[in-house]
Amino acid sequence: MTTVSDTVRAPARRLRVLRRPRATTGFWSWFTTIDHKKIGIMYGTTALTFFVIGGVEALLLRLQLAGPNGTLLTAAQYNELFTMHGTTMIFLMGMPLAVAFGNYLIPLQIGARDVAFPRLNAFGYWGFLMGGLFIYSSFFIGGSAPNGGWFGYTPLTSTPLGRGFLPGHGADFWAVGIVMLGIASTTSAINFIVTVLQLRAPGMTFMRMPVFTWMMLVTAFLTLFAMPIVTAALIMVYFDRNMGTNFFQPAAGADPLLYQNLFWLFGHPEVYILILPGMGIVSEVLPVFSRKPLFGYPVVVFSGIAIGFIGWGVWAHHMFATGLGPVAISAFALSTMIIAVPTGVKIFNWLATVWRGAVRLKTAMLFALGFIAMFTLGGLSGVLHSVVPADTQQTDTYFVVAHFHYVLFGGLVFGLFSGFYYWFPKLYGRFLDERLGKFNFWTMLLGFNLTFFPMHFVGLLGMPRRTYRYDTGLGWDFLNQLETIGAFVIALSVLAFIVNVMVSRRHGQVSGDDPWDARTLEWTTPSPPPMYNFAEIPQVEARDDFWHHKYTEDETGHAVRLPSGAAVAVEERPAGGDGGGEHGGEEHGDGHGIHMPSPSYFPFVVALGLPILGYAAVFQAVWLVPIGALVLLFGMYAWGIEPQTEP
Amino acid sequence: MTTDQVAVPSEHDVVEAGHDAPATGMGVSNTKLAMWLFLSSDCLFFGAFISAYLFYRGRPQPGPHPVDVYNIPFTSVTSFILLMSSLTMVLALAAIMRGDYRRLRVWLLATALFGATFIGGQVFEFTEFYRQGFTLSKNLSGSTFFVLTGLHGAHVTAGIIWLLSLWGLAVQGRLTSRDSERVEIAGLYWHFVDVVWIVIFTVVYLIPK
Amino acid sequence: MRRFTSRSKRWVGLAVVLGAGLLLAACSAENNGQNSLKPKGPAAQKIDNLFTPIFFISVAVGVLVLGAVVVFAVRFRYRAGKNENPKQIHGSTPLEIGWTIVPALILAVIAVPTIITIFDLHKEPTGDVLNVTVVGKQWWWEFKYPKEKVVTADELVIPAGRTVRVNLQACDESLPNKCNVIHSFWVPELNGKTDVVPGRNNFTTIEADKPGTYLGQCAEYCGLSHANMRFRVIAKEPSEFDRWVGEQQQGPAVPLQVGTGADTKPAGPAQDLISTKFQCTNCHSLSDSKVSSYGPNLTHLASRTTFASGYYELTRDKLVEWVHNAPGLIPMQSKACREAGEPAAGKCVGMPSFSRDTPAGQPTMTEQEAGQIADYLLQLK
Repeated sequence: MTTVSDTVRAPARRLRVLRRPRATTGFWSWFTTIDHKKIGIMYGTTALTFFVIGGVEALLLRLQLAGPNGTLLTAAQYNELFTMHGTTMIFLMGMPLAVAFGNYLIPLQIGARDVAFPRLNAFGYWGFLMGGLFIYSSFFIGGSAPNGGWFGYTPLTSTPLGRGFLPGHGADFWAVGIVMLGIASTTSAINFIVTVLQLRAPGMTFMRMPVFTWMMLVTAFLTLFAMPIVTAALIMVYFDRNMGTNFFQPAAGADPLLYQNLFWLFGHPEVYILILPGMGIVSEVLPVFSRKPLFGYPVVVFSGIAIGFIGWGVWAHHMFATGLGPVAISAFALSTMIIAVPTGVKIFNWLATVWRGAVRLKTAMLFALGFIAMFTLGGLSGVLHSVVPADTQQTDTYFVVAHFHYVLFGGLVFGLFSGFYYWFPKLYGRFLDERLGKFNFWTMLLGFNLTFFPMHFVGLLGMPRRTYRYDTGLGWDFLNQLETIGAFVIALSVLAFIVNVMVSRRHGQVSGDDPWDARTLEWTTPSPPPMYNFAEIPQVEARDDFWHHKYTEDETGHAVRLPSGAAVAVEERPAGGDGGGEHGGEEHGDGHGIHMPSPSYFPFVVALGLPILGYAAVFQAVWLVPIGALVLLFGMYAWGIEPQTEP
Repeated sequence: MTTDQVAVPSEHDVVEAGHDAPATGMGVSNTKLAMWLFLSSDCLFFGAFISAYLFYRGRPQPGPHPVDVYNIPFTSVTSFILLMSSLTMVLALAAIMRGDYRRLRVWLLATALFGATFIGGQVFEFTEFYRQGFTLSKNLSGSTFFVLTGLHGAHVTAGIIWLLSLWGLAVQGRLTSRDSERVEIAGLYWHFVDVVWIVIFTVVYLIPK
Repeated sequence: MRRFTSRSKRWVGLAVVLGAGLLLAACSAENNGQNSLKPKGPAAQKIDNLFTPIFFISVAVGVLVLGAVVVFAVRFRYRAGKNENPKQIHGSTPLEIGWTIVPALILAVIAVPTIITIFDLHKEPTGDVLNVTVVGKQWWWEFKYPKEKVVTADELVIPAGRTVRVNLQACDESLPNKCNVIHSFWVPELNGKTDVVPGRNNFTTIEADKPGTYLGQCAEYCGLSHANMRFRVIAKEPSEFDRWVGEQQQGPAVPLQVGTGADTKPAGPAQDLISTKFQCTNCHSLSDSKVSSYGPNLTHLASRTTFASGYYELTRDKLVEWVHNAPGLIPMQSKACREAGEPAAGKCVGMPSFSRDTPAGQPTMTEQEAGQIADYLLQLK
């Protein structure tokens, strides 16, 4: 049995700044918790809230475009909403939701009791929340929400406020807010990497790691190296706007394309930061619901790593129309085509996983299959973009909007929903309702395609993106109307999901510990897992270790249930599950003697310093700087001298 | 990024399993690994600013140009002092590892003071440049130069605060040889900042064409 | 079961092909003047020739994958007691190699014509080329003919059958900040888009096979009224084009001012409103078709069919409304303009309203005055 090690000692005379919080339940415990599972749930809830907000923004945009010359929104409002829709869905929904899954699952999947730095983990969450609230506060103060588009091209965004290109402080909020979110996501990336590299259970070699953990590791490295680049670019934007520098001022001889190069050097890896976790989730779900191992595990892993590497060499395909010259453009066209290869390999391996399996079409599986189908369509329109001359017709039109929604909605969001249905029983010990789930899936598939499929064509018909209105007589009216209807079908679908979560959390069918007859370590723990995850750190002997405790293969390669596992057909398994196999719940210890890190106030305090400094930066309020710095330094100092675990 | 400065004593204890299965860690402590990761991330941060500087170097722009205002001998001296602080940092680590707390305090303080001297030199240099008309908003070189070197200065300043808090702990006797890793990690950061300065000094000052 | 499966496969395949094909057909049938699938010039034609076959390759791959998803899900679904413990297949090296190489080969096949076309489209045009400079401004397009010494706006008139080299500029002395933001010049039926990047000398070429009107629109988000930043390319028979150039080189049909030197005064009451009372001349040139101004050059406004970034047909009613209260038709950031009394070095963007939010000490325009001004402008053929 693991006990706390000797590195944590009780200091003889420690400065008692605040009494150490002890409660692990109740309202206030959420502010001080450092339990990776609680933090994961906090990430998830917050990110889903932002998902709904971003979705409402999308509905408003679609209502405005339901017919020609819409008047629901003013041009200024429309520009704020599409900027915030993009910013929200990428920085406040996509990334943190992936982090939510990673937080909850990585330690469970590798057989660890927590992440490597529990308090840093809490700080990452609070930083993300503060950053999100900070950006959204611009709707109420500062004259305008961000209104320069989610990639905020200079010199539109970087020209000082007084010179008229963009009204309001929106661009300042945007630049400072994303830097803040960057700090938060960098800390969580470091945390994930150290956790995966250091805390794997004995025997959990790299090639035995679940694919989701693998993809989160690649994602964390991409985050680690991409965020500093955009941070630098946004600091330059901030200085241009507020300190009189000339980084992107063409009149001073600067080249605005410097910004685009920096931004997309971050921005394209960012696309993979968003999609790789989704790929990881479906790589978990497909084998479980096909009752077969993932086809070509090493190939799936290495193609994920390859995508992570090649992802750094394709950034200029966002800039094919900027006049880079034919040589550079051809090079980036080729690299873009090359990255399609590992992506295609993944798709084929997923298909081969399903092939000759025993496919249970539960909601989680439906979403995973939907992911393959929709993501493939997004990938194919992506290949069309690598055909540069065609791209010059399609870029910055609704064709591109269709493309990246197929990748990020059809890909990421379908993957995330698959993950919700798959892991929800682990979080709450209850299933999400299957009937509502199927409604959720089919309406989402329908609404999604109704919204985004016509966008391909409206784009080819010449409709540029980011336009708050369009004239009639261009053949766009009907297709736009369809898209708006589709958007509301999606909204209905998400509503069904929210209802499902609310109801099933308390009243759903009880699931037991291993309801899906799954393969990975998280299913060996009770549902929900105790604070310490594993009473005894597992010994890992194989990839899909848990599965091999339940099944063996006969001479023809078919799975055979081991005698210790109940030989009940999965479909007919009684509600409540049997916990499955020798890792069953009864054998868990009571957790006495396992010392877990104690809760702490200071991650929250440090994160509180960020928005104070942020407001100081946006409004150039020098008097706020010492206050913010004081909060930050106090929090960090107290954190530094506070021991990891209260004796 | 500053959160990494509050690196806590190694937290890998949560996973220590008493089995004799193959080891799965990387053979370094969590905190040290985290610092290396942070520094690799920070490399790209400085890389972006250095790229911006190089990208704009030689573009037509109004004077005064950096070459007109540089005082290479002066900056060489402050650079040398910063480099020396890396030496004292190493001495501080050596001191704590062998339990020589008096020298630990001396070398920690010396490192912080050398760093502060460098910052003092930078402040003087910036003031001098402004007096000669080379400013943040004067031209592209001014923008890229001041923001790059200024952010490096901010890194050094954060390092000084970190060293001083370690020194404070050492004075109170709360930094013992069991905590040598805390000094080592601060040292990693400090050496990184020095190495970045060597790059900046070479690229920005010594090859200014 | 097998029959159902193969039938469902066929259905799905058919539906997808039909859906994509029909929509594509519908789109290429759509004659909206802004249709990237309806090339009307050599550059757009080259792009279309490249796009169409690759599009159908993509559709084929898409149908295969989607079909596989559906078929596998149905064919291999869980049946208690039959397949619940399927064969545990861990992978297959030949298959992995196969589905790495085959897509790579397909992509290689696509890459060759792609790169050839890239270089082809980037070639500097030679021969009898018309040079035009396009300046992107918030939120309208200015067209300058350097050799012909003509400046116009909203409508780019070109000779049909002749290559036009379009020099794309976002920096211009007439702009308060010297340079504007990034715009993107796009006439889908004539060529793909090229960004107008301040500080860079980008160019593109357009050529219309036949006389006609081709719609264009700014394709890079450029601020508040990006959606309204349209324009049109009007291709004329070469002889008509030459006549058009001749007309544009003339002074205004009805003079703005009479007299010379200190004795200059407005030539009539409408001209008085324009140059004195409302100072339209601060931003617009009305008497010299050779110069750029902060707002569009209006010397030959009435020779155009549209105005206000090509968003509106040039009719008297719309023009009156526009003169009276332009921000009511197209959103502007122009409140500060009139307070500063001139294009306000970078304080504002766009045309101010003369009837709303009039700053203290500035005259408010009546409907009748707007009519007078519009009537004058409509004489400027």
